[in-house]
Amino acid sequence: MRAWWAQTRAEVRMTIRRGETLLLTIGIPVLLLVFFSLARVTSTPTLHRVDFIAPGILALCVLSTSLVALSIATGFERSFGVLRRLHVTPLGQRRLIGAKIAGVLVTELIQVVVLALVALALKWRPHGGMAGALEVAALLILGSAGCAGIGLLLAGQLRAEVNLAASNGLYLVLLLVSGIVVPVTSLPGALQKIVVGLPPGAMADGLHRVLGLGLAPSGADWLSLCVWAVLAPLLAARTFRFD
Amino acid sequence: MNDLENAVGSEVVSNAVEVSNLVVAFGDLTAVNDVTLHVDYGEVVTMLGPNGAGKTTVVETLLGFRPPASGTVRLGGLDPRRDHREVVARTGALLQRGGVWFPMTPTQVLELTASYYDAPRQPGELLELLDLSRCARTPWRRLSGGEQQRTLLALALVGRPRILVLDEPTTAVDPEGRQVIRNIIRGERDRGCALLITTHELDEAERLADRLVILHQGHVVIQGTLDELSGDPEMIVEVSGPVEPQQLADLLGCVVVLDGPQRLRCATASSVQNIAIVTTYLTSVGLSMTSLRTRASLEERYLQLIATERRDLAS
Repeated sequence: MRAWWAQTRAEVRMTIRRGETLLLTIGIPVLLLVFFSLARVTSTPTLHRVDFIAPGILALCVLSTSLVALSIATGFERSFGVLRRLHVTPLGQRRLIGAKIAGVLVTELIQVVVLALVALALKWRPHGGMAGALEVAALLILGSAGCAGIGLLLAGQLRAEVNLAASNGLYLVLLLVSGIVVPVTSLPGALQKIVVGLPPGAMADGLHRVLGLGLAPSGADWLSLCVWAVLAPLLAARTFRFD
Repeated sequence: MNDLENAVGSEVVSNAVEVSNLVVAFGDLTAVNDVTLHVDYGEVVTMLGPNGAGKTTVVETLLGFRPPASGTVRLGGLDPRRDHREVVARTGALLQRGGVWFPMTPTQVLELTASYYDAPRQPGELLELLDLSRCARTPWRRLSGGEQQRTLLALALVGRPRILVLDEPTTAVDPEGRQVIRNIIRGERDRGCALLITTHELDEAERLADRLVILHQGHVVIQGTLDELSGDPEMIVEVSGPVEPQQLADLLGCVVVLDGPQRLRCATASSVQNIAIVTTYLTSVGLSMTSLRTRASLEERYLQLIATERRDLAS
């Protein structure tokens, strides 16, 4: 427990001190939130643009931290021999991955607070009440687990430089097709089904339903998020390489 | 029995490190072929060999990074892959290409690593021991190569290991830093730690090793103590001018051969009597002794062995 806690604190400290990670996890989401809430470049299904954009940006926070930032940082840790050295200490794979996920959750908590404050300043009116808040927390945690699993899977398999390119490419594609800033209904029918089957899409859809419409997430959202939250970390743990 | 000698259950393990008939392959390439070696507690064993000899592969297999194709490796009697957690709790390792998070300072990374162990050494004590106090608050990326290497050694020592596996510990370290590392290695040996060290530095190996293992192209060429590796007693005499070996051979009663225009190799011990015979003879022919060594240096022996190996493989 002591090792896990110390490693978690170190992970959070390093995440907060990395300028490029701050840009990715706070800077870009705030910029996108403000821009797409104020500029009429896309059509939104809600009366006030921010009511659609803000839930999507919360999903983007998870995507940027759990998948992209975690994957890139872990890939470079492997490339620079940090993981190799950790392999010969008693920290162990489980505590390392546990600390990374805990670090991600702490970072996301900071992101959600910052983004919610900015959205509220833009006159965001979230729906859902207390039950909605619990559903939102569950969606974000499940989405984080699924995205973190995918991020660690990429970091464990690809060279650091290839992983950097792949993660950034994935970020851009998922940002555009996951219903984060562009409604999923604007996408071709076949693509819509694929998107909701992926963690960012299912998370964005669930968040739009709860925070934008005051509805519960769909069964498909929960199913997709639960499957990814279990399978992706398991697969990542099985294929994770320290060297 | 040494205080650190290890016991697994009721079974006492005499060898800290045990490698038996190890074969490691990467696809079609056999990187390590039938290597057998051991290290006892309170002993320093150095693995020597040219690049690609398989030293790092042996180390990485010992630390559980890769499985053997055949043969066995044991640390403290334990399998490094099956019993990885127990093995790393009692083993300190300094790896080639082992790194630290760039923004972390030696103090921060030592404190973090100490939290992984039940009874770690104090980071402050290690910083002082490894002469890192001056750069204790400098981020990793700004440390010199030698400071980084000494930090990695401090990280290997923080868990009070009973076994130390050090892959090229003196690489990129200045002479002062080397002296610090040598003292640490001797100190750990004296407290009963088993040390397996790989190095290219023949001089380092000669200074530190209780036993040496020379690897070439994945297999053990020879292993033994420095005396055993150096072969039969020998006097190597450098003289001030060209000299005829036969007369000296008759006087000494042994084989004397020219090894260069002004160097003689005499197949006999460097007793006071023999040295007197040589100096008297040299004076009688108007020459003098410029240097005397009692056996071939490790470097000469090493180069000779590797050259023989290469010839054998070529033929």
